[in-house]
Order: sequence, then C-alpha cells, then structure tokens
Amino acid sequence: MRRFNPVSVVFVVLCVVGWRCSGLSATFILNEVTIRFIRDGIMVLALLIPIAAGMGINFAVTLGATAAQVGVLVVVDRQIGGPAGLLLALCIGVCLSIVVGCAVGYALNRVKGKEMIATIVMGFLGTSLYQLVFMAGYGALIPSHNREILLSRGIGVRNMVDLHAFRNTIDQYWTVTAGGVQFPVFMILAVFCTAFVIVYVMNTPLGQRFKAVGENREKAELLGIDVDRTRIRAIVLSTVLACLGQIVFLQNIGMLNVYTAHLKTDIFSSAALLAGGATIEKAGVRHAFLGILLFHALFIVSPQAGQNVFGNAALGEYFRSFVAYGTIAFALILNVRHARRAPNAAAPGDADAV
Amino acid sequence: MGKISARARAGGFHPPQIIILSFVAVMMAVAVFLKIDVKTILGDSLVRLAMNGVLVLSLVPMFNAGIGLNFGLPVGIVAGLLGMCLAVNFRITGLSGFLSAMLFSVPIGVLSGGLYSRILNRVGGREEIAATFVGFSFVCLMNLFWATAPFGNPVMLWPIGGHGMRPTIGLQNYFGKALNDLWSVSVSGIRVPVGLLLSFCLLGLLLHLFLRTRIGRALQAVGENETFAALSGIDVRGVRTLAVILSTVLGAWGICFYAQSYGFIELYDAPLMMAFPAASALLIGGASGGRTTIAQVVLGTYLFQTTYILSAPIANELLIPEAAEILRMIVTNCVILYALLHRGGVREA
Repeated sequence: MRRFNPVSVVFVVLCVVGWRCSGLSATFILNEVTIRFIRDGIMVLALLIPIAAGMGINFAVTLGATAAQVGVLVVVDRQIGGPAGLLLALCIGVCLSIVVGCAVGYALNRVKGKEMIATIVMGFLGTSLYQLVFMAGYGALIPSHNREILLSRGIGVRNMVDLHAFRNTIDQYWTVTAGGVQFPVFMILAVFCTAFVIVYVMNTPLGQRFKAVGENREKAELLGIDVDRTRIRAIVLSTVLACLGQIVFLQNIGMLNVYTAHLKTDIFSSAALLAGGATIEKAGVRHAFLGILLFHALFIVSPQAGQNVFGNAALGEYFRSFVAYGTIAFALILNVRHARRAPNAAAPGDADAV
Repeated sequence: MGKISARARAGGFHPPQIIILSFVAVMMAVAVFLKIDVKTILGDSLVRLAMNGVLVLSLVPMFNAGIGLNFGLPVGIVAGLLGMCLAVNFRITGLSGFLSAMLFSVPIGVLSGGLYSRILNRVGGREEIAATFVGFSFVCLMNLFWATAPFGNPVMLWPIGGHGMRPTIGLQNYFGKALNDLWSVSVSGIRVPVGLLLSFCLLGLLLHLFLRTRIGRALQAVGENETFAALSGIDVRGVRTLAVILSTVLGAWGICFYAQSYGFIELYDAPLMMAFPAASALLIGGASGGRTTIAQVVLGTYLFQTTYILSAPIANELLIPEAAEILRMIVTNCVILYALLHRGGVREA
C-alpha cells in the first residue's frame, strides 16, 4: 500500500468541499472533467519524459503549443479545412517543434541543474517572438491569404480566429452516453494511447537511457551514455507531445485565441501533474491522470463555490490561480527538502518512475 | 567569474551591453531621422531611470549574497502596494503621503521578507525557480485579499457595491508625482526631476555604503563562496535572511517610487511579471559575474529604460504600436536567458 501524497489529499478535500459549496450536479462535473481530460491530457503527459530524464518540469511546453498554433494559423491562412487541414497543421507543428525542441535541449545542456528557470524564460521569449511574427509580421512581411483573420489595418492576425472548420473534428468519433455523461471514447482512447506510448518508450533502450541520465548524470556518462544527446531527445519528445496536445486542445475548443491560448499551458499542466502526486523528480502516468481529474474538478467547482459562499465568483477564480501557482511552488520547496534528507533514496531500476 | 570581473574593471563590455548599446544607438539615429523630440526623450529617460531604478536596486542584496536574481520581487512589490493603500486609506497627501507609504511598507516587507527567506533558505541551489513561483503564488493569494480588503476610502473601492479594491487607483489627489515635481528644473529644454533623482541617488548611496560595512562585506563573502564564508565564521543563514529581507523592503520602496511616478497604484495581476524587466536591467549593467555595483545598476537601468522610451514613438512611426512592447519583451528575456546560459549550471552533488 502506497503512502498517500499530501498534495493529492489536499486536492481531494478541496474538490469535495468545493463541490458541496458549488451545488453543481455530479453529472455536470463529470461531463466537464471528461472534456478537460481529453482536452489537456496529452499536454500533461508531455511533461513526463523530461522529469524522468532529471530535467524537472519542462515549462517550455509552451513552445510546443506555440508551434501547434503556428501550424493551425498557416492552415487557416491557406483555408484548408477538415481532417486534411488538421493533419497538415499537425505536420507543420511537429516539424517546428522538433527544431525548437533541439534548440531548447541544446541550450538546457548549458544550464544543467537549473533547467526549470531557463525553460520558463524560453517560454516567455518564444511567446514574444511568436507575437512579433503574427502581430507585426503577418500582412506586412508575410503575405496574407485569408482576409478574414487579418486585422482591418492590414497588419496582424485578429485576437480570435474561428476554427469552425476543425471544431470537434476528432472528438465526435465514437461517443457513448452513459447516465447523462457523454464519453468521447475515441479521444479517451487516444489519450490512453499516448500514455501507453510514453510507458512503452520508457521501457525501450532510449527510455532506459532517460532514466539513467535522470538518476545520475555522471554515472550515466561512465556507462557510455551520451548524456547531452539523451537530454536533447527528451526535450524534443516533450515538445512534440506538447504540440500534439495543443492541436487536440484547439480542435476541441474550436476557437484560437491567437495571442493567449498557449500562455498558461505550462502552469496548468504542471500544476495538474503535481496535484496527482508527482514530484519534480518522479512522475508517472497515474499521477498525470489522477492530477488532471483532481485539478480540473477543482477548476470547475471553484468559481461557483466562490459565488455561493462569498457572493463573488472572482474570488473562486483568484483562488484557483493561487492553487495552480501554489502547487508548483509547494512542489519546488518540498522536493528539495526531500532530496536533502535522502540524497540516494532513488534506488536504481525503480519501477514507479513512469 | 574572476575573468569576467577583471574584464569589467578594464572597461570591457559584455555581449548584452554591446547589443543594448547598439540598439540604443540605432534607435537614437532613427529618432533623430524621424524628427522625434530628443529633448523630451532625454527628460523622460531621467524620470524612468529613477522610477524603475529602485526596483532594480532592490535585486542587489540578494544577487550579491549569491541567491541569484530575485524573481520573487512581487513579494516586495505587494508589500509596497499594501503600504501605499494604507497611506491612501488614511488620506495622507503630498510628500508626507509618499513617505508614510514607504514607512508603512517597511514592517510588511520585513514580515513577508522573513517568511520568503525561510522558504529560500530551504531550496539551496534552486532559489530562482522557487522564487519565481513563490512570487506568482503570492500575487494570486493577494488577489483574494484585494478583492475583500477592508479599506474605507471610496476612491480605492469599486464604485458599485463598494466592496473590493479597484485594479487601478489614481494617486493624483494623494501623492502622485510627489517626488517627480519636487525641485523639478528645466535645463536647456530638458526637464530634470532633481528631487526624484536625488532620492534615488540617496538610496543607491545608502546601499553602496551598507555593502561596505562589516555586515555588507559578510553578505558579499557569502555570495562569493558560501563554504569559505561559513568556515570563516559568518552566519550564512542569517546573512542570507538579511539579504532577502533587505531586497524585499527595497522592492516595496521600489514600487512606491514607480507608482508615485506613474500616478496610479496597480493591484491584482499587475506585479506578476515585474521581476523580469528589473532582472534584465540589472544584467545589462554588467552583473553576469555574480556581483554587481550600484554604478552598474544605474547604467543598466538607464540603458534598459532608454530602449523602453525610444522604442514606443519609433514603433508608432514605422511599425505598429504593439511592436514596441513585444520588442522590449524580447530584449528582456534574451538578456535573462543569455545570463542564465552564460553562468552555466550547477554541479551535481
């Protein structure tokens, strides 16, 4: 029997209290949680591999999300709709994420042990570059093919781009309704499939190298593993998964908030992962799944709970962003304390790591 | 590190400084070419130097104590905001309003700085990322407070309902521009805010003198080599705590300077990203070696803020208005990223 993780327990308590206060029906919450599970699932899973490789939380998943948005914008600009367009957007996004992932991985090899602060700054930098291209470049240097997404001044993409051509393209396959809750079975399977692929990868020789590098870089080097290359691969895989995740997210929402859709993906997905009981040194698929359910359940109930208890829905919203940031801060503080207390606690060949 | 400081002493420039200097030079040339009023820009640059300078100055104690860039600056900023809100709540106007805001923020800053230092003393080696998220979560926690704050002055509250603070509070009837207009003189068409600059210089001088006292030297010794400092009998934990508290209180004063110059108190999410431009300004001054001087802070802030002022009219003229803000963000984050990559990682234990 595993010891319960204190963070998850707090989340369960908050969720239950919030649910009682919000007065929302269980069916509604289940429906919403299911939607968010398929919407954000892959993004959370994208964080697992860098953690296994000892690089901490990869806040640069925003760059993967940005790459996906670039792909989507190119497709919308060329007015290619439906599954073909989505596939093309995916191809562009994945290619871009591989390039970006390589760059990020290369840079992170210079800041071993301080990857997280570097990835968060890289995320900001990527966001600014992306904004520059689409706010100042599109229509000016980049010719526009779709007047509908162009601002009336002739430069820049509109804040909101309608993705009606893609909306729920893949969500609607094979949905099952049970007791008022609609399960998009295909997408749930897709998320599970991604999780399975990650578990599978972690058991291949490449995955073993990730784990070896994550446990101890110097030992891995002695074993003949090219540490730098392995770390770059971990980041590339993570960035590509993040790109996939953002494509799924966008087609589910059906709208692209051009300049803001990707901004908090890193915060929310890492907070969800940590809510599930992961730490910045050890995270598995089960943490990701439990975390998404708990974190998003809290997200759904808190505004309504704030409205009912304090007569102010904004309080619930502030509370949930505090929870998101606070969870990450707590994990960062807690984890280092653990690492100090037991520097060699992680036994080699630990089956729990992913 | 030794190599870098030797180079800095010899008057050499770091790549970020070269980039910024050429950026400023190019923009100056463009500004002259576009016939933008350079005198106004020079006057504004002096105001912005002192307006943002204290925030940058506040990073120095922690940076020199080896805790790294204080990305948790919002902790100090929130203390300052609270101090200013108290001053507005008691309806203290003019310069005394500004001074009492600074006074009120000291105990708040000491308290939150003390808690903040306890956290940072726990996370050896990972202070920067922990500080970032402590800052972020503190801002969000304070959002809950702002929404329910029991303040009485109606200018601070939502006009409808009378509950919760407004996101921006105008200071023009209280202590807005209190320092900006103090002894403001015009020198050949350039408006020089003497009072503002003097108070900024005074704070800088005090910090400079503090760093030369026995405690200040101990602080820098900890920054240079923690193990060696501990061996020579310095209470490393105590010194680090002091550095964090000092940084937090100075951060609180920094936002007081900023807000009186800006004319508004900005609450809620406004402090969230304020640490990054300040950190960038510090690094531009030439702080990549692990220690910085007050002169470098002034130089870095001035260069950074000049790009800030120059880019807006030029972007309006040549590109789109938003481009200025985006370019500044790119510069900010490029400089921080360069410093992180240049400094390198930590060795595995």
